[in-house]
Amino acid sequence: MLEVKNITYHAGEFSLKSVSLTVYKGDYFILLGESGAGKSMLLETIAGLIHPESGSLLLEGHDITHQKIQNRKIGLVFQDHAVFLHMTVYENISYSLHGRKLSHEVKKERVRQVAEQLSISGLLDRRPSTLSGGELQRVALARTLIQQPRVLLLDEPLASLDSRIKSYLRSQLRKIHRQGQTILHVTHDYEEALSLGNRIAVIHNGSVIQEGTPEEVFGNPKSEFVAHFVGARNFFKSRLTGENNNSIALVEKTLPVRLLSPDTGPEGFILIRGEDIILSNDPFDSSATNNFEGTITDIIPGVRGIDVVVDAGIRLHALITAESLAHLELTEGKKIWLHFKATAVKFIPA
Amino acid sequence: MKRYQPIQLVFILLGSLILLFILAPLLGMFFETSPQSLFETAKDKEVTGSIWLTIWTSMAATSLFAVAAIPLAYLLARKKFPLKKLVTGIIDLPIVIPNSAAGIAILGFVSRDTLMGKMGSAIGLNFIGNPAGIAIAMAFVSIPYLINTARDGFAGVPERTEKAALTLGATPARVFFTISLPLAWRNVVSGLILMFARGMSEFGAVIVVAYHPMITPVLIYERLGAFGLKYARPVSVLFILISLSLFIILRMLSTEKNDNPFPRKKKMRK
Repeated sequence: MLEVKNITYHAGEFSLKSVSLTVYKGDYFILLGESGAGKSMLLETIAGLIHPESGSLLLEGHDITHQKIQNRKIGLVFQDHAVFLHMTVYENISYSLHGRKLSHEVKKERVRQVAEQLSISGLLDRRPSTLSGGELQRVALARTLIQQPRVLLLDEPLASLDSRIKSYLRSQLRKIHRQGQTILHVTHDYEEALSLGNRIAVIHNGSVIQEGTPEEVFGNPKSEFVAHFVGARNFFKSRLTGENNNSIALVEKTLPVRLLSPDTGPEGFILIRGEDIILSNDPFDSSATNNFEGTITDIIPGVRGIDVVVDAGIRLHALITAESLAHLELTEGKKIWLHFKATAVKFIPA
Repeated sequence: MKRYQPIQLVFILLGSLILLFILAPLLGMFFETSPQSLFETAKDKEVTGSIWLTIWTSMAATSLFAVAAIPLAYLLARKKFPLKKLVTGIIDLPIVIPNSAAGIAILGFVSRDTLMGKMGSAIGLNFIGNPAGIAIAMAFVSIPYLINTARDGFAGVPERTEKAALTLGATPARVFFTISLPLAWRNVVSGLILMFARGMSEFGAVIVVAYHPMITPVLIYERLGAFGLKYARPVSVLFILISLSLFIILRMLSTEKNDNPFPRKKKMRK
C-alpha cells in the first residue's frame, strides 16, 4: 500500500540513493540501519517534510510524491517525541482535530478513546514537563493515532527509553499493530527489529541492501554487512520447552539447544554468533552444554574469518581462523563436533 | 563559610565596581533632589505632558513595527536565503549609526517634499515636529533590539516541534501562531520591552526630526541649557522613576504568564 520507488535525496553528509521498498497493508515493517544511514531522511520524505530529488511515492495507488504534508494522512512520531510543551496532554492529542467541524463532545470522546488505548487517560490535564519519557512517547503516539493515519511512521521511538519502559512500549506497539495499524518503524536495534517486525529492510549508506521477512534477512544475509550488522549468522525459529523453566529451545522442531531460561513466552528466535561456536574433530567434556555432531557442507573464507557451515540437523555457521582450519584439517564432507555454551545463545521473543 | 578562589574574588570585585559605576551617579542624583522639588515637578503640566508623550509614542512605535518585525525575526531564524548575512548586517545598522546622523537620514526621508512626506500630507500627516516623526525616529533606533531578541526566541523553538505540527495537519500559518510564537513568546515579549525602553530613551534621532513636541529626554536637555542642573535634575529623577516602575511591571507581567518551557534536554544523536 505504500510504495517507495527510487527515492533519491542529498543533504550534506547524508543521502538517500535510489531507495525502494514496499509496505503492505497491515505490515509491521522495520527499516534497520546504523545512525546516519538515511533512515530518518526516508521517513521525512514519506511524511512530506522533505521533497525528494527524484523517485516517487505511492500511497494506496495514488502518487503522493509532491502532495502537501497536511493531506497525506501519514503519522510520524519522532525519537524525542516533540510533544508540544506549552500545551496540556489533552491539547496535544486533540491538536490534529482542529478545524474539522467536530463538536466539543465528539473531540473529547475521540481523545478519551485514544488515551485509553495507550493507557494515558489519567494524564490528560497534565503538562508535558511533568511526564516521564515513556509517558511522553505515548502522548506523541496518541496525538498521531487520533488522526487514523494510513501509515504510522516511527523514528527510533524506543531509543531514548530505559529497558523496562522499552518492553512495555513494544507491547503497546504490538497492540496498535494488531488493531490493524500499518507501521513503518525505523531503528538501529536488531533485537527490536526481530521482536516487532514481520518484514525488514536493511539500509546502509543511503541504500536498501536487503528486504524480506526476518528469517530471510537474518537467516540468509545477502551481504557481509547485513551479517555483520546482526553479528550472527545463526538465526532460527524456535520454541522454548524443557523442564527447568524453558531451558531448551527446540530449533526448527529438530535440534534441542540449551540456553539460559529467558523470562518470556515460548515462541521466538535464537541467535548464536559464529565466533561463539567451537569446532573439534572429537567430542570433549567442557562447560559448554551444547554439543552436536554434524557434517561440514561448506567452507567459505571471508573478511572476518573462515565460515564453516555444518549440518547438524540445522545448518550452523562457525567462524574460525585459517590457522584453526589448517590445524583441524577441515574439509567439506568431514564429520565434526560443534560446541557452544548456553550463555552464547540469545533468545528473541516473537 | 564559603571559601572563594582568588580569581572569583577578583571577578566579584570587578563586577561590584561596574555595578557601582552604574548606581553611583543615579543614587547621587536621587539624593541631591529634595522630595519637595520632585513633588513640584510632578505637578508641572509641561513635564507630565512630556513624559506621557514619550511613553505613548514609544509604545505606538513598538506596536506598529512589531507587526512586520516579528515575522522578519521568524524568517531570519528559520530560512536560509542568499545574502542572509547582509540582511543581518542591515538590521544592526541603527545600533552602529550615530543617533543624530540617523535623525538627519530620517529627516531627509520624511520631510514635506519627499515621497513619504507627500504621502503623509495626503492623509493629513506631517512627520516633522509631530509625534508621528518622533515614533519613526524611536522605531528606527530601537527595532534591531526587537528583531534580534525575537529571532533568538524563534531559533530556540525546536524545528522538530514545528515539523510534528505539520504532520498533524496544521498549515504553516497555524504552526506559526499555535506553536512557534507561543514557544518563543518569552523572548518576543523581552524584545518588545527592550524596543519600548530603547525608544523611550532616544534623544539624538528624535531631536533632529521633532524637537517639538518635546519628549522627556529632549525636555531634560532643554532645561539643562536654559535653567541649569538644578532644574533639570528633578525632571530626570521623575522620568527615571516612572520608567523603572513601568519596566518592572512589564517584566513581572511577562514572567508570570510563562514557565520555562525548555528544561535542559539531552541532545539526541541521529
